[in-house]
Amino acid sequence: MASNNLRGQTAAVGVGLSDFGDVPGFTHFELMAQAVERALADAGLKKADVDGVFATLEPSNLPVVAVCEYLGIRPKVMEGTMIGGSSFVNYLQWAALALQAGLCEVALITYGSNSRSGKRKPGGAVPIPYEGAYDARLVTAYALATARHMHQYGTTRAQLAEIPVAARAWARLNPKATQRGPLSIEDVIRSRMVSDPLTVADCCLISDGAGAVIMTRADRAKYLPRKPAYLLGVAAETSHLGIAQMADLTVTAAAQSGPRAFSMAGLAPKDVDVLSLYDAFSINTLLFLEDLGFCSKGEGGAFVSGGNIAPGGKLPVNTNGGGLSCMHPGMYGVFTIIETVTQLRGDAGERQVKDPKVGLAHGNGGSLSTQVTSLFGTEETL
Amino acid sequence: MQGPESHYQEYLAKGEFRIQRCDACNSHVFYPRLLCPHCGSSALKWIVPSGAGTVYSTTVMRRRPEAGGDYNVCLVDLEEGPRLMSRVDGPPPAAIGIGMRVKARIAGGGDAGFFVVFEPVGN
Ligand SMILES: [Zn+2]
Repeated sequence: MASNNLRGQTAAVGVGLSDFGDVPGFTHFELMAQAVERALADAGLKKADVDGVFATLEPSNLPVVAVCEYLGIRPKVMEGTMIGGSSFVNYLQWAALALQAGLCEVALITYGSNSRSGKRKPGGAVPIPYEGAYDARLVTAYALATARHMHQYGTTRAQLAEIPVAARAWARLNPKATQRGPLSIEDVIRSRMVSDPLTVADCCLISDGAGAVIMTRADRAKYLPRKPAYLLGVAAETSHLGIAQMADLTVTAAAQSGPRAFSMAGLAPKDVDVLSLYDAFSINTLLFLEDLGFCSKGEGGAFVSGGNIAPGGKLPVNTNGGGLSCMHPGMYGVFTIIETVTQLRGDAGERQVKDPKVGLAHGNGGSLSTQVTSLFGTEETL
Repeated sequence: MQGPESHYQEYLAKGEFRIQRCDACNSHVFYPRLLCPHCGSSALKWIVPSGAGTVYSTTVMRRRPEAGGDYNVCLVDLEEGPRLMSRVDGPPPAAIGIGMRVKARIAGGGDAGFFVVFEPVGN
């Protein structure tokens, strides 16, 4: 049986963001609960309606259990597979399957972190096998991928800088974004070098914040107050854990997750009106645009040039400002979903893309290790 | 009885850098495993690689001088095929480039354990 039977069967019917940016004095769970309260209110549902919980939080051994206890939910389905920052996009797949199978009726996907105020650095404490001795950091893998892309395809430092510059230009249209000051290509290149060729301006923010998404079956979604964002396709793929085991540092597993998600949705890159790509580092956006088929391999640098993914460009990418300029609380995946839903509803205010029908939310985890692509559409895409 | 991980560390402690080769599919394997990641066979035998490699990608990790200063982290493709994370000792970190020919050497010892680093060839 083809996986097409998940297409359009479920929808995101509520989204919630906690206060985010610099929010001292709150725990991970408190921020998460704030996002959940707002998502439920948005969906017109109550906590008692939630019978599926899909979550992971960093400071717990049994994260989804901790979330259930904290919220006072005894769900029929609980799922907390940890595949890095893409986990929340991955939960879309399992929530959709559980909803469609009737295992649960209302699914909650949530994440929260006080990684800014709590002074916790993102990234696992467990060293990757045979990489511990070299003092590699989270940024190292992404810098190695960037250096390789530049070497192999002639991608320039200035082309790469277009990505944080575009993210900032979008953030300047989002009153809630954390970083809203002007940013030029020169500013990016002249920022403090962290891991060559990446400067601090190529690296995501470290923020406090939480997000929550409520999903239900399409037959129920249409009776709820908000315009549903229907899940049209979703697919996940992993290629490695440690960066040394990645066969080609210029090609991520998005080259597989993307086509599979598009195939489920019956769509192609040309059908996508707005994208949220997990931009932990500037190179992510470039690699995912190539791997998901928005341009050819090696042409990402030219593709993002001239403000092509910025406001006024041809392809709107990371319209909230992304992890680079809006917020990045440890893991960003859930926020790609929230921005996609916000755009499809027409709720994005000054940064609203004109009349989008199809949105793509893409999650990344580990050291480019896991890639999860999802496609959402408005009712007319069903 | 001991597993490949423990064998590998024992070889390093004796001054030998070894990798595995699969008898079933002829692939070379690093890091050490019980099953070949290519074909699934457990017929993995220890071999002594030439030690020759090529820098596949490289970065300068920036660090304050008082904390030890900048350092290199790179990926090296061994002549036999496998890739490993390492560093190139000798030249300043910024002088290490993609395509540089390097040769393996065992470093470390003590609490840190032993590990493989590289040095430029022909300098
Ligand atoms: Zn084999």
